[in-house]
Amino acid sequence: MDWNQFLFVIFPYMALTLFVVVTVYRAIFRPFTISSLSSQLLERKQLFWGSISFHNGILIILLGHLLALLFPQSLVLWNSVPFRLYLLEVTGLVLALWSFVGVLILIVRRISVSNIRAVTQPTDMGVLLLLMLSVLSGIITATGYRFGSTWFTGVFSPYLWSILTFAPRPELVAPLPWTIQFHAFNFFILLAIFPFTRLIHIITYPLSYLFRPWQIVIWVREQRKQNEGRS
Amino acid sequence: MNVRAHMSMIFHLDKCIGCHTCSVACKNLWTDRKGAEYMWWNNVETRPGTGYPTQWEDQEYFKGGWEKKGKGLKLKLHSRLQGLANLFFNHKLPDLKDYYEPFTFRYQDLFNSPEGKDQPTAIPISMINGKPIDIDGGPNWDDDLGGSGIYANNDLNMADVPEETRQQMQELERLVFNYLPRICNHCLNPSCVAACPSGAIYKRAEDGVVLVNENECKAWRMCVAACPYKKVYYNWNTGKSEKCILCFPRMETGQAPACAHSCVGRIRYMGVLLYDADQIPDAANVADEDLVEAHRAIILDPFDPEVIAGAKANGIDDGWITSAQQSPAYKFVKEWKLALPLHPEFRTMVMMYYIPPLSPVVSVTENGLYQLDIEENNHDFEIFKRLDAARLPVKYLANLFSAGNETVMREILKKLLAVRVYMRRKTVVGKVDEVALNALDEAGLSEHQAIAIYKLTTLPTIEERFVFPPYHREMDIEASMDPLAHKGEVGLGFIQPPKRSS
Repeated sequence: MDWNQFLFVIFPYMALTLFVVVTVYRAIFRPFTISSLSSQLLERKQLFWGSISFHNGILIILLGHLLALLFPQSLVLWNSVPFRLYLLEVTGLVLALWSFVGVLILIVRRISVSNIRAVTQPTDMGVLLLLMLSVLSGIITATGYRFGSTWFTGVFSPYLWSILTFAPRPELVAPLPWTIQFHAFNFFILLAIFPFTRLIHIITYPLSYLFRPWQIVIWVREQRKQNEGRS
Repeated sequence: MNVRAHMSMIFHLDKCIGCHTCSVACKNLWTDRKGAEYMWWNNVETRPGTGYPTQWEDQEYFKGGWEKKGKGLKLKLHSRLQGLANLFFNHKLPDLKDYYEPFTFRYQDLFNSPEGKDQPTAIPISMINGKPIDIDGGPNWDDDLGGSGIYANNDLNMADVPEETRQQMQELERLVFNYLPRICNHCLNPSCVAACPSGAIYKRAEDGVVLVNENECKAWRMCVAACPYKKVYYNWNTGKSEKCILCFPRMETGQAPACAHSCVGRIRYMGVLLYDADQIPDAANVADEDLVEAHRAIILDPFDPEVIAGAKANGIDDGWITSAQQSPAYKFVKEWKLALPLHPEFRTMVMMYYIPPLSPVVSVTENGLYQLDIEENNHDFEIFKRLDAARLPVKYLANLFSAGNETVMREILKKLLAVRVYMRRKTVVGKVDEVALNALDEAGLSEHQAIAIYKLTTLPTIEERFVFPPYHREMDIEASMDPLAHKGEVGLGFIQPPKRSS
């Protein structure tokens, strides 16, 4: 077994297993522990600049990665016109820089505000640092190895599909420079720690709010009847 | 008609002495925990004053409650899409400074300090980070105006009180305050429920208690911002929202909530109100001046056969209906029309009601002397024509309890004064005269009613103040397990019991 095998086959599968199994377990059996753990009440000025820029930036970029994974052909087609390629690359870079500034503010806030330090777990710091490294290595990749939005479709789309379809092809990522390899591996680390940290709040994004009635009224008695019917 | 039952509390403000016993009882029972120190599910405010959190009534700033827009009601806080967009930063969440940073004192310093010239002191430290802090606020720092008129001047309900009256209220001899105890209002149209993106907050249909499901809560904090009464709090330690639970574990076992039970002035009453759930959307959507009337209209008469049939159709049992018929809440809110909702203009349809306070004796200062403002030969200084000279302006009380509708407020104050005049004639003078009967007549009360109001106000027993319906917890237990087995396990408690047989 070589390093490439471990980093891009064995570890990804470990990470995915943890991600799925522990997330499901925690969501079903430990729901009280799942929270976005907001600290806005204790400090709001720095959070305003940090949280909004980080969240929005990273959200759009992640969505971009996902689209590149799902529709590689369309992306290549889009990029065939230089103007559209530049537009995509510049947008991505700006968003990345935006979220990088955001995550830096969040890290500084965690360290410098004493009320925030009081509610900071080691894992909170770990998550922020890993995210910072992830965004940083992404920025280096985008600027140093152009144009990511095109070669991603030839390297990472097939590689990630090979992982997801249980026919791993780690040789696809073997020749890549180490910064890019790190960027990919770091993602699997984040995936592995996802269910053990506050990252898990991502799965609780309340899309159902768009559809539910305004008021929620529960007849405890009727629930009881339903329970009786079930047992 | 969709009949539902509600546990409602009445606050008789004339009897409140502002002692905070309710707040302390509640704190000891529910919020004496890390992350909950700053929460006052029950608090008592001095009025005129700014309240807790500071200026919570300013919905232009806090965006709590509902507003009429077009044909319907809209949350003042956000639309559904805005709600999702603001998850990363909740722009209208109050700051800790709007409450206060919880503090304690380093008492160990009193014992551990090295020997020196001065007496050691216990310095204040933050309960969040443990570091020394300068305390600049507390839960009741506005108590009795905290030695300053600033609190009273910043009371939003004073905004449209004439300048002249405000000046008069500043004179020491005219200075007046009353107390306003507040808990969660367990609204019929709660904006916290509507604002929660996770759908974690719900209203119990059986008794109307509004609860946060702590398993569902994901700390988006929209409830805190959307509640116009600022009665949902965010626990900074657990990352979950918390609020007054109306002591439902106590009510289910026939006990009054801790705040009501401990009340020194016995100002609180509790009982069942039956209401028509179908009418809520319309009642919340009328013009400001009609809000009180619309609110009263959805409370149903528990003696009406149609209402009783409707209640039974919804599974409300006889015990609850009987309880609703004896309910002091029904008498005060609907029968005598004495109790009003706090700030009905927030349109959340609150279910806790207040009987407004009568002003202290009207007085003036002349040549530096303190004088009662009464006529030479008529000592009935409480007769209605003096209402405008009352030390608590009617406009002010109307801003608090009837969305600015002075007519509603005058009717109630007249009734309260008429009962007082009548009972004074009866017990002090010894006979009821024309003046007293005219007063009753003008207030629209019969002698019989006046006596009933007097009795329930001043002489009620604990059973008359708190009329609790049978919750039948034993039936809940029977549905899921053997009651005797349950009895044996009570007190130990399993969060996740072992399953070794079916």
